[in-house]
Amino acid sequence: MSPDHRADPGQDPDEQSPTPTRPPLSASWRTVRRALAPRATRAQGMAGLLCALLGFALVVQVQQTRTDGLTNLRQDELVRILDDVTQRSEELTAQANALRSERNELVSGSDTQRTAREAAAQRAEVQGILAGRLPAQGPGIELVIVEREGSIPALTMHNVLEELRNAGAEAVQLNDLRLTAQSYFVDVPDGLVVDGTLLSPPYRWLAIGDPATLSGALGIRGGALATVRNAGGATNLDSRDLVEVAATKAISAPRFATPVPVAETDE
Amino acid sequence: MIAVLGLIIGALVGLALEPTVPVALQPYLPIAVVAALDALFGGLRALLDGTFDDRVFLVSFLSNVVVAALIVFLGDQLGVGTQLSTGVVVVLGIRIFSNAAAIRRHLFRA
Repeated sequence: MSPDHRADPGQDPDEQSPTPTRPPLSASWRTVRRALAPRATRAQGMAGLLCALLGFALVVQVQQTRTDGLTNLRQDELVRILDDVTQRSEELTAQANALRSERNELVSGSDTQRTAREAAAQRAEVQGILAGRLPAQGPGIELVIVEREGSIPALTMHNVLEELRNAGAEAVQLNDLRLTAQSYFVDVPDGLVVDGTLLSPPYRWLAIGDPATLSGALGIRGGALATVRNAGGATNLDSRDLVEVAATKAISAPRFATPVPVAETDE
Repeated sequence: MIAVLGLIIGALVGLALEPTVPVALQPYLPIAVVAALDALFGGLRALLDGTFDDRVFLVSFLSNVVVAALIVFLGDQLGVGTQLSTGVVVVLGIRIFSNAAAIRRHLFRA
């Protein structure tokens, strides 16, 4: 089975054929000690030379194995490794493509989302001004009504508000109250209640809109201002380039009204 | 003692020189080293058996190395180099184990 057996069957016999006369334990160790003692015999020199050769080859091979990655591989192994690497890189390329397209989708999706968000914010601003939720500023008019004799009835004040609305006022404030679509005027013995708050003269109106249109609408013959004067009030109307409607009104969510579902309004 | 010294000196020389194995020898050196290890253990066992002979040790050492390398070379030419290398290493490993077991029995009676 091995060259060594043929070269010297007696030197390293198999386990199945143990030496017939086994020396005692101490004799074995004596043999080792005798062999270890340095003597300049031919056997020692030969063994030393061969061992040096073995040590050299061993170290060289170990270093070779450690330093060489691929150079001492066979051709078929190299081909297999190359195949593996190629396959792996194809998989990775496909994965990279998939991830890239996914990223593109996400980027365009976030763009769409941002546009929607901007539009929503703009809508919220517009509706906030119209509903009285946000303070507003712009060109408009200031109207101060002073009671000189008698009190001005709620209906007259309501007329002023309606006139302003008709003339396109976008934000209206009366004293410290923001007037909205829900605003109401009630006569009480002490004066005037607007949206649950008791107001006393002088009444100071602020309205944002086209100043010329607003003042024209108010001052029309037989119009709102004339009614106020008939009720015994003095009016002072000012057109301004910048009117600040700072008062806001808290809005509660509608309890009963809900939006019509979108699907029904679509054609 | 000289053998141990020789082993150490050879290893140190290999470390110091750091030679590169020629490409033609690269497939055979590992097998040759394992074969030489086998011969070394065989020699140790023969020493304990009291049958050590330096001439036989030299011949078995060299023939082990040459025949192992030859088998691998033949396997490479036949296209079964990898498998044959594995086979040779397995056989030599088994022999090293059996020799080590014999040495152990000699020294420790166990």
